[in-house]
Amino acid sequence: MPRSTLAVLAQLLADQEASIVKEWLETLSTGGQLQSGRIREPELRTQCTSFLQGLRTALAQDSNDTAAPAFAPVKQLLADISKSRAIQGFSPTETAMFVFSLKQPLVNAINRSELFAANSLAGVVWQVTLLLDTLGLYTMDEYQKSREQVIIRQQREISELSTPVVKLWDGVLALPLIGTLDSERTQVVMENLLQSIVEQGAEIAIIDITGVPTVDTLTAQHLLKTVAAARLMGADCIVSGIRPQIAQTMVHLGLELNVVSKATLADAFAVALKRLNRTVVSLKTDPRQQA
Amino acid sequence: MDRIPILKLGDALLVTIQVDMHDRLATALEEDLTNRIVKHKAHGVLIDISALEIVDSFIGRMLDNIAAVSRVLDADTVVVGMRPAVAITLVELGLSLAGVRTALNVERGMELIRLRHGAAERDVDVDNAS
Repeated sequence: MPRSTLAVLAQLLADQEASIVKEWLETLSTGGQLQSGRIREPELRTQCTSFLQGLRTALAQDSNDTAAPAFAPVKQLLADISKSRAIQGFSPTETAMFVFSLKQPLVNAINRSELFAANSLAGVVWQVTLLLDTLGLYTMDEYQKSREQVIIRQQREISELSTPVVKLWDGVLALPLIGTLDSERTQVVMENLLQSIVEQGAEIAIIDITGVPTVDTLTAQHLLKTVAAARLMGADCIVSGIRPQIAQTMVHLGLELNVVSKATLADAFAVALKRLNRTVVSLKTDPRQQA
Repeated sequence: MDRIPILKLGDALLVTIQVDMHDRLATALEEDLTNRIVKHKAHGVLIDISALEIVDSFIGRMLDNIAAVSRVLDADTVVVGMRPAVAITLVELGLSLAGVRTALNVERGMELIRLRHGAAERDVDVDNAS
């Protein structure tokens, strides 16, 4: 029984592994993969070797369909590599080049070997190209996916970072809002605030909107919702940090917040302390009073 | 039919809701509470809903009703211990329970009632003195 082209290819990969890896690494380093110092040569070599071994195992099972289970380990390896490339900050081209640069060494190896008849060479090369293209595209898909995950994670981090609940005093919480208030963020803000109210037993929450660029009807409604929810929990809200332009816009829009509002966070804090029957006094007594 | 117990604490009534409220239970509570306010001449009603995980619009309206009835009978209603999730749901439902006073826990709620009632009594004293 004549062996199939793919099985012969697997044989070729086994025979010439060392020289293929060597050539491949050379192509990769001339392509600048190593220059940036983001990846070291031994690591790259390990990745190359294990990819070739995976490819060989898959080919030995006489399959060139990348969706087949024989290719699962290779694809897993590629997915891991693209993920780490995406995190290390490689460009899409550099990531794709990892697979595509294997073509040249592989074709060279096919040329050198005597396993193929001269008239079948073109067909073999075509098959290799097709296979590597599919794998290369798969790498790109994975790269894109990891990048998207990075972006989603960053988005979540930003929205959490920008809605901290700060304890100002026993029973006084501050919620400095920075950035536009949309429905999704309002939800996060509300949940954070209410949770903190329960945890700290706070009586007064100060919502500071100094960092909110614009206040339109929707934003105002979101603010009011937050205030209403806090009130239901048994905490009073004070809104502070309304800038002059925003105050004007609100009046022009006919918005009324119907909550205690103060110009600055300091004023709001003073009100909060007063409600808790506390006050801030100067430690130094006035010398004129002593005399 | 089971009923929700109403405890007398000084001149306030304490209702702790620990079972899932269904509508008939809510109506019964409203009725019982009204009778007890009159019977004990209570000045405050504390409703502890810290164990309630679900508050729908009917229960929300019941709370509002109880507050309105108590106000007529000269008693303050304080809803205490509402969970964050419940608060958010009520706000999204558009029920802000404007007529109901709220507090974080029973202790704070009692303080609130005592404060209000104390202030009212002082006013009466001042009136008598003058």
